[in-house]
Amino acid sequence: MMWAGVLVACAACYALKLAGLSLPARLLEDARVQRTIPLVPVALLAALIATNTFSTGHHLVLDVRAAAIGVAVVAVLLRAPFLVVVVSAAATAALLRLL
Amino acid sequence: MIRDALGIAIASGAYAVSFGAISTAAGLTLLQTCALSVLMFTGASQFALVGVVGAGGSVWAGAATAALLGSRNALYGVRLSSILDRSGLRRLLAAHFVIDETTAMAIAREAPAESRFAFWATGVVLFVFWNLGTLAGALATHFVPDPKVFGLDAAPPAAFLALLAPRLRAREPMAIAFAAGVVALVCLPFVPAGVPLLIVAVLVAVFGVLRSGR
Repeated sequence: MMWAGVLVACAACYALKLAGLSLPARLLEDARVQRTIPLVPVALLAALIATNTFSTGHHLVLDVRAAAIGVAVVAVLLRAPFLVVVVSAAATAALLRLL
Repeated sequence: MIRDALGIAIASGAYAVSFGAISTAAGLTLLQTCALSVLMFTGASQFALVGVVGAGGSVWAGAATAALLGSRNALYGVRLSSILDRSGLRRLLAAHFVIDETTAMAIAREAPAESRFAFWATGVVLFVFWNLGTLAGALATHFVPDPKVFGLDAAPPAAFLALLAPRLRAREPMAIAFAAGVVALVCLPFVPAGVPLLIVAVLVAVFGVLRSGR
């Protein structure tokens, strides 16, 4: 099942890339499409941050991940590189669990 | 230009290391992790798929989220279609490289020949580093018994944050991001894992269409 999902997702992402190069430009140059699509990653990434930080399964939880994302926010504000943001968050969670 | 491409590729290689680590920690095999980087080759979508799976969602909810995040690549394709060949086998290969970084590098050049070169140079170099980084990250965590010990469960939200931050330069995206986070958490207890993301995607699409219709 995992393989099927992975491969279908890969095919879908490739199809979207190819569609941009292949479809008549006027279809995707529609003002509604142009203004809506950039909003999708903003909303989805924010929803992913919220759900991956504040939930386990179907339960809302507040645990060390909240502190970790707080550290990540500081790292982003300091314009730290991607890997530093991720590692600082992981290290925060790991250290707090040791305490 | 090659130096710029290399700089971008090395930075994303490091970012791919974290993808490889997060993906195997989420329960994907080494081969599945590498397949994502070879075949999907669009970072945010890859992180989204393994983020949903790692949080206990079905791989199909993860796949849908990945595809929704990949929709922006279609817009990049429109901008690049005047620069790249519109026909033939080369276009099929070029499509695979239509991502944030290659688009940014290509549209930053004035002359079409330079744009084309920037696109291909960035795409090829990035592809190599992206996949090497993924393999390194996946191997590093492949043998870790409990990812929580290394705080790897806190890594995906931080990765999403680093991807989101550059898109928050104005007030509207910030408001949308905040609302999306709240809506996702409110839905979460009542629907299958991963579905809150799809609800958020539908709502933002409706919002976008209504707003630009005005």
